[in-house]
Amino acid sequence: MDTFLRGFAEAITLITGLDRNLVEIVALSLWVSGIALAVSVLMGLPLGMWLGLKRFRGRRLLVALIYTGMGLPPVVVGLSVYLFLSRQGPLGGLGWLFTPKAMIAAQVILALPLVAGFTMISVAAVPPELALQVRALGANTWQVPLTMLYEARNGVLAAIVAGFGAAISEVGSVMMVGGNIEHKTRVLTTAIVLETSKGDFALAIALGIILIAFAFSANWVLLHLQGRLEPRP
Amino acid sequence: MPSWPDAMAAGEPILSLQNLRHTYGERTVLSIASLHVAEGELLTLVGPSGAGKSTLLRLFNFLEGPAAGQICYRGAPYGVKTLPMDIRRRIATVFQRPMLLDMSVRRNVGYGLRLRGERDGRAQEDAALAAVGLSALADARARTLSGGEAQRVALARALVLEPEVLLLDEPTANLDPANVRLIEQIIATANRERGTTIVLVTHNVWQARRLAQRVAFLYDGELLEVAPAPDFFEHPQHPQTAAFLSGELVY
Repeated sequence: MDTFLRGFAEAITLITGLDRNLVEIVALSLWVSGIALAVSVLMGLPLGMWLGLKRFRGRRLLVALIYTGMGLPPVVVGLSVYLFLSRQGPLGGLGWLFTPKAMIAAQVILALPLVAGFTMISVAAVPPELALQVRALGANTWQVPLTMLYEARNGVLAAIVAGFGAAISEVGSVMMVGGNIEHKTRVLTTAIVLETSKGDFALAIALGIILIAFAFSANWVLLHLQGRLEPRP
Repeated sequence: MPSWPDAMAAGEPILSLQNLRHTYGERTVLSIASLHVAEGELLTLVGPSGAGKSTLLRLFNFLEGPAAGQICYRGAPYGVKTLPMDIRRRIATVFQRPMLLDMSVRRNVGYGLRLRGERDGRAQEDAALAAVGLSALADARARTLSGGEAQRVALARALVLEPEVLLLDEPTANLDPANVRLIEQIIATANRERGTTIVLVTHNVWQARRLAQRVAFLYDGELLEVAPAPDFFEHPQHPQTAAFLSGELVY
C-alpha cells in the first residue's frame, strides 16, 4: 500500500510538472491511436452501414468475418503484422516495422471490425420502413443513409468509443510491431509494462492515470456529440 | 376480369398509370389497366386488406417500380431511378405508422424542409404545428407522443412541404375517434383550402364516405370500380363493390 501511495504521489508530481518523458509518450500514444481511430472510422462506418442496410449475396460471409475480427487475439494480430512487415514479408519493402506506422496498422486491424460491427448492428436495428418514409419525404441518395445513421447514433457512437478503447489500450501487438523503442515507438501501454517490470511504479501509475483519463474524456466528448449528427442537404 | 373504365375527374391528371402489373416473386399483386388522379381531387382507394392498396400508393410515390406498364406524373412517364428529385419532392406520403425520427416534434416537422436546404423553416413549422393542434408540444421528444399525436406530427411533416400530391396510407388506422375526426379535418382542409391532390387509402368505408370525391375499389390486385363518391356509394356497379359496401364481402 505504501508503494502504491508513494507511486501515486510521484505520479501526480510528474503529471502536474508536465514531465518531458511523460508528455512525449502521451503525445505519441494520441497520435498513433488517433490516426488508427480515424482510419477505422473512415473505413468502418461506411462498411458497417453498407452491411447493415443492404442485403446481397456473400453478406453473411462478410458479417461472419467482421464478428471474427471483433474478437481477434491481439498477439495474433501482432504476429501477422510483424510477419507481413518484416524484411522477408510481402510488405517488408515499406520499412514500417518498429515504426509508429506498424503500430497504427495493428491498431486499425483491431479497431476496424469493432467500428464496422457495432455500426452494422445499430443501423440494422433501425426499422427499414423508416428508409421508405424518408425517401417519401424527399430524401436523396445520401440523405437516406445519413438519416439512418442519425437514428442509430447511440450505437454508432458506442462503436467509435469501442474502437478508440481498443486502439489506445492495445499493448501486445504494438509491443511486437513497434518494439517499445524510447523516443520512437514507446506509447502509454508499452511504457506501463516496461516501467512496472523495472519497478518504477511512479511513472507506470502516472501513465495509467492518463490512460484512464483519456478513455473517460473520449466517452464524455462523444456522448456530447449526440444530437449533432443530423443530415444536412 | 376487365376493369371498369376509370371515370375521369374534371381536372388534368397529375398522376396516371397504364397497363400496370406489379409482382412480388411469382405472385401478381396488382393488375390495373388504367387509373388517373386529377389535380386537386381527393381520391379514396378502398378495398379489403391485401387488395394491393398500399402497394399502389408506393408505386404512385415512385418508391417501387412496376413489373410492367407505366406511371406518369403530369403526363410524363418516370421510373424509380429516372424520377427527377424536384418531382419526387412534390409528392409526400404519410404511412400507417408515423415513423417519427428520434428528435423533437418541431425538428420532425421541419425535417423535409431541411432536406430541401431550407435553413429557417420556423414560421412554416409553427403554422404546420398549429394546423394539427400540436403547438404546445413543439419541443417535446417525438417518441413520447401518443399514437394520435404522432400521426398528426407525421401529417404536419408532410403538409409543411406543401406537396402537390399527398398520399395517405391508412392514416387513422388504430386511432381513437377524436384523433380520427381531427385527422380527417386536416385532410379535408388541405384538399379544399390548399388544393392539395390527395390519394387516401382506407379500408374504412365510412371514412371514404366522409372524405372522398371519387372512390376506387381494389380487390385482389384489380381495380373493379372507379366512380364519383355519390355514385359509388349509392349505385355500385360491380357486385363485389356492393358486397364490400354492405359488409357482406368475404375475403
